[in-house]
Amino acid sequence: MKAAEAPFEFVTVSYLTRIGNQSAGALAELLTGLEHCSDASIFHHTFQTLGSHHFLTEGFSNDFAQWALSDTNRNDLAEQLAALDIRDYVSIAALRSDLCRVVGDYCAAYPHFANQSALKRFYFCESVEVTAPLGRNAQTLDEFREGIEHLSHSGFYFHFISSRLRLQLQTNDFSHWLADGLGLKSLAESVNQIDIYTNTLDSTRAKLLRLIDRERRKA
Amino acid sequence: MSETLALSRIPLDEYAELLGAGEIEELRALAKPLRGRSIEMINSTAVGGGVAEILNRLVPLAEELELNIKWDVMMGGEDFFEVTKSFHNALHGAPYHASPKDFEIFLAYNERNRATLPFDAEFVVIHDPQPAGLIQTRQPGANHWVWRCHIDLSRPNRAVWDFLEKFVSRYDGAMFSSPEFSRQLPIPQYLFYPAIDPLSEKNCALEPQFISQVLGRYQIDPQRAILTQISRFDRLKDPVGVIRAYRIVKRYFDCQLVLAGGSASDDPEGAVVLKEVLREADSDPDIKVLELPAWAPLEVNALQRASTVVVQKSLREGFGLTVSEALWKKKPVVASAVGGIPIQIIHKHTGLLAHSIEGTAYQIRFLLSHPEIAAKLGEQGHQHVKENFLITQKLKRYLTLFLTLAKNP
Repeated sequence: MKAAEAPFEFVTVSYLTRIGNQSAGALAELLTGLEHCSDASIFHHTFQTLGSHHFLTEGFSNDFAQWALSDTNRNDLAEQLAALDIRDYVSIAALRSDLCRVVGDYCAAYPHFANQSALKRFYFCESVEVTAPLGRNAQTLDEFREGIEHLSHSGFYFHFISSRLRLQLQTNDFSHWLADGLGLKSLAESVNQIDIYTNTLDSTRAKLLRLIDRERRKA
Repeated sequence: MSETLALSRIPLDEYAELLGAGEIEELRALAKPLRGRSIEMINSTAVGGGVAEILNRLVPLAEELELNIKWDVMMGGEDFFEVTKSFHNALHGAPYHASPKDFEIFLAYNERNRATLPFDAEFVVIHDPQPAGLIQTRQPGANHWVWRCHIDLSRPNRAVWDFLEKFVSRYDGAMFSSPEFSRQLPIPQYLFYPAIDPLSEKNCALEPQFISQVLGRYQIDPQRAILTQISRFDRLKDPVGVIRAYRIVKRYFDCQLVLAGGSASDDPEGAVVLKEVLREADSDPDIKVLELPAWAPLEVNALQRASTVVVQKSLREGFGLTVSEALWKKKPVVASAVGGIPIQIIHKHTGLLAHSIEGTAYQIRFLLSHPEIAAKLGEQGHQHVKENFLITQKLKRYLTLFLTLAKNP
C-alpha cells in the first residue's frame, strides 16, 4: 500500500460565538450589516452555521436565509440567499459581495419591504476559532480511513468544509491530501463532489468511507 | 465563601456511548493545553437552581480532564438574598424601586466575601449578579475574570443595571444565553447556551415498564394522544392558555392534556395560579393537573417520553430548557417564540413555533395529523440538542473560552 511522504494530520476545531454590537431589524439594516460586519461574522453565519446545523438537509443553508424566511417572511429572498453555495467561495470577500448583491437587489426591487420591521432582530455574531491536534496521523489509505471513522463532527467539518477558506482552493483537506499525498486524483474528485447541503455530516462521512473502501478493493 | 464539592460523578466515557468516542477524544484534545491550570467557579448557591445543577455536572467532568477546578459559593445573609432576588426580577424587567440601602447591602456582602479567598486562579468565572462585585479584588493583569449571566437582560431595570454595569465592564468577557439577552458593553460578549445532561435522571433512557407505571399512577391512557406541558404553575408559563389550546385541539382529536409542575404548597402565587388552572380545567377527566414532588426527575422524564406532543406555551421565558429536554427525547414540540426558545426550536426544522393560543392549537393539530413530520421534527430536534445543548458541549465551550483568554494575556 502506498504511503504518503507528508502524513495527513487530524485536527479538531471548536468555535466560540462572540456576540457583536450590530443587529438588524429590517432588510435594509441587514444590508448595512453585511457591508460592515467583520469577515469572522460572515464566516459564522454561513460556513460555521452549516457545521452546527449539519443535521438539517432540507431548506437550511445559512443564517441570513433562515432569518429572511422566518422573521421577514420573504420567501423569495430566502430562496436566493439559500442558493449561495459556500463551496463556490474560497474567500469571505467574494461571499460577502454576493450576499450584499442579493439583498441589495431585493431591497431595490421591493423598497416597501426593505424597511418593514422583522418579527425578531438579526444579531451579527462572530466565530472565534480554536484548533487542537488530535495526535493522530495517516500515511496510508487504511490509516486515513480509520482516522476519518473516529473523527468528531467538528473535526470532520474542519477538514471537509471550512478547509476551503484555508486552502483558498475549490477543494477540501481530504481531497487535497488524497490527490497530492497519495496521487488518487479520481478518488479526490469524487470526495469533493459529495453534496454537503443534501447530506448530514454523518451521511457525508459514510459516503466518503464507501468511496475509500471502493478504492481499497481496487488495490 | 465556602468550597463546594460536586455530587454528581459520571465518567466521560459513559457519554461516549451516546455521543461517539470522537466527541470525547475532542474534549481531551482541547483540554490538553489546559491540564493543571487553575479555574475557580463562583456562584451564590450550592443546591437548587439551574446554575448549581450545571456546576454539579460540569466540575467533575473538568476534573476528569485534569483541570485544576474548584467551585466556591459566596456567603450571604437573608437581607443579601432578598436584595439580590429583587435585583434578579428587576433585571428581568419587573417593576422595582431600588433604594441606596439595597446597593449598600449588596456591596457589603461582596466586600465581606472578598476578604475570605485569594481569587488567584488563572481563570475566575463569576455566575450571575450576586457575586459580580468580587471583581474589585482583582489585581490588574493578574488573571482572567469572566462573568456568566444567566438572566435575560434585554429589558433590565435601568437603576439596577447601571449599578451592575460598573462591575461587569471590568471583566475580560461576559457570557449570555442568547444574543438578545446581551447589552452594549466595552468587553467581548460570548454566546453560552445552558445545557442538559443526557445521563441525568431527568433525561436518561427509561424502561418502557417504568413509563407505563407512571402513566398508570396518574390515570393517563397510553392509547390516546397525550399533550404535555412541564412547568411550574406560573402565569408566565400560561397554563390556562395551554388548556384553551387543548380545547380547540379536542374538537378534532381525541386527546389528553397533562400539566405537570412542582408542588405549589410553598409558593403563594403558584397556589393561586393552580386554582385558576383547576377552574379552567373544569373537572375535564382528560386534563391531568399534576403537582409533582419538589424533585421528581424520573416522573418528569417518563411523562415527556410518553407524550405525543410537548408544549411550552410560555409568555416570557429565560431559556426554557424543558424544550431541550423534550427534544432530546425526540418529541415534537410546539412552543412560543419567546426568550431562548427560538434558539432551540428552529421553526419547521426542529419543532414548531406559535404566537397565540389559536396558533398553538393549530400547530398541535398539524402534528397530530402528520405523525411522520412530527417524527422528523423530533429526530432533528434531538440532533440539534446533541450538537448544541448538552453538558459536554458546554464543557467544550468553556475549554474554548479558556484557550481564547489564555491567548490574550
